[in-house]
Amino acid sequence: MNAAATTRKFSEQRFLPFTLGFGALVAFFVAVEVLIRIGVISRYIVPLPTQIFAAFERVIVEEEILSRFRVTFVEAAIAGGMISVVGISLGILLYRFDLLRRATETWVAAMASAPTVLMYPLFLVIFGRSMWTIIMMGFVAGLPAVILKTLEGLSGTRRVLINVGRSFNLTPSQQFTKILLPAALPTIFVGLRLGLIFMLINIVGVEFLINFGGLGQLINDLAERYDLPGTYATIFFVVLVSVCFFIFTEKVERWLRPGT
Amino acid sequence: MATNAAATTHASNDILVVDDIVKSFNTADGSLTAVDHVSLSVKQGEFMAVIGPSGCGKSTLFNVIGGLVDGYEGNVTVGGERVNGPHPSIGMVFQEESTFPWRTVTDNVAFPLEIAGMDKAQRYERARHFIALVGLDGFENRYPAELSGGMRQRVAIARTLASEPKILLMDEPFGALDEQTRLLLGDKVLQIQHQLKQTCLLITHNITEAVQLADRVLVMTYRPGKVKRIVDINLPRPRSSEIVSSEAFGRYVAQIWSDLREEASRGMRDEEQQRAGAHS
Ligand SMILES: Nc1ncnc2c1ncn2[C@@H]1O[C@H](COP(=O)(O)OP(=O)(O)OP(=O)(O)O)[C@@H](O)[C@H]1O
Ligand SMILES: [Mg+2]
Repeated sequence: MNAAATTRKFSEQRFLPFTLGFGALVAFFVAVEVLIRIGVISRYIVPLPTQIFAAFERVIVEEEILSRFRVTFVEAAIAGGMISVVGISLGILLYRFDLLRRATETWVAAMASAPTVLMYPLFLVIFGRSMWTIIMMGFVAGLPAVILKTLEGLSGTRRVLINVGRSFNLTPSQQFTKILLPAALPTIFVGLRLGLIFMLINIVGVEFLINFGGLGQLINDLAERYDLPGTYATIFFVVLVSVCFFIFTEKVERWLRPGT
Repeated sequence: MATNAAATTHASNDILVVDDIVKSFNTADGSLTAVDHVSLSVKQGEFMAVIGPSGCGKSTLFNVIGGLVDGYEGNVTVGGERVNGPHPSIGMVFQEESTFPWRTVTDNVAFPLEIAGMDKAQRYERARHFIALVGLDGFENRYPAELSGGMRQRVAIARTLASEPKILLMDEPFGALDEQTRLLLGDKVLQIQHQLKQTCLLITHNITEAVQLADRVLVMTYRPGKVKRIVDINLPRPRSSEIVSSEAFGRYVAQIWSDLREEASRGMRDEEQQRAGAHS
């Protein structure tokens, strides 16, 4: 198969799902618009989609949403980097030391389901009303998922692959980098995506709660002014941050582990 | 290579000697002896097959010889040197699917060369040689997910061959394949063995495969796995799968089957009793 044909096949394969997904989104907005206009949904709770679109220009020009987007994005990037490095390292540590694993796995899992966002007063005391409170809250929220999934991926490596490595006399570090890590990678990335979702929810939530920083604060402001179209338009930018991170993780995963 | 003088009681051309191996496992209902006083020896360039009913301890023996388990009695020596952990002279092909899904065919086959520190251009060239040997030219850049089961198994064989082991140890490498593919891959293995003068120890539960490939067939008993008999296969070489229809071939198959039938039916009775016991 030549390269041109391959790329053509790929773009065809992507085109249909994309159109379908985008079409569904448009259909959803149209339905909401209609339901509001005929009075099934109250327009005091949900603004008209057309109003939301009209609000984009306003939030961009008057509310400087792009710089707020950047603030939230940077916070998320720092917290996401910390989650990846610390989470994967701790997962590896728990895998290597069984005692540590048995001692901590349960409460790491408990922490994963705890509503850590409610701990924000504590973080405020420690880090002050600063970017670091927000970053650390995001970090704490996303960390357990990455630890647990890293651990799960490493322990789930098929026995026979480990034996292949042993039969070729791999050193422990080769065994780790050449077999365990690539075998665990898909599961680790599931953890990373989950962790990034929890992280972003917490980051925007804390910005909202302490009325500081990027998009969360703007949502707080706009909601207080009862500017619903503006609020929803801002939420769109939150979604955009998460889309950026998703695309990024997907690219990194493909690059690190082709063939799947 | 250092040799151990103490272990040279066997003929000097015995490259692999398995001496009185006993391996037991601790299970929920007590100790289970999987391999019971098994001895065998394989000469340089010889093809030996070990055959036995399912669950008789073949893979356990494979793991002992490959140095992947410990806690057994007895000795395994390679060229007079005692095996203590995976031995560099032994290359293993596993019963389960064992290719690396994240590596292309070439990168799978080049894996042992990469570990040995060979530079990229050189190891790719070596890998291409072994890929051609197992008949997979044209698939160099495919990932295992894009190959059939038989092709993946050939990748695993090529990967092990690429490390140029003195002894090729295979555990039911074609276990999951259909009969036709199995026969044709058998031909491939014979060609390769002939070309490389490879010493082979093949573990199988397939009588046709054992007779088709081996110079000698070791028949194991059902649990605990003991040596029941060793059958010399005096069929001419080079062989091809056509030999399967010859009369001499049929005689060997019948002979081994009569040995094996006893063991296999003992195994089935045993399992039925266990099931009955579990239900009452
Ligand atoms: N790690 C283990 N722990 C406990 N029992 C084991 C273990 N490995 C194997 N056994 C037992 O040892 C016996 C022999 O197993 P083995 O895998 O060697 O059989 P096999 O001859 O390779 O069978 P098959 O042809 O089905 O692959 C079986 O009864 C099995 O239950
Ligand atoms: Mg087996």
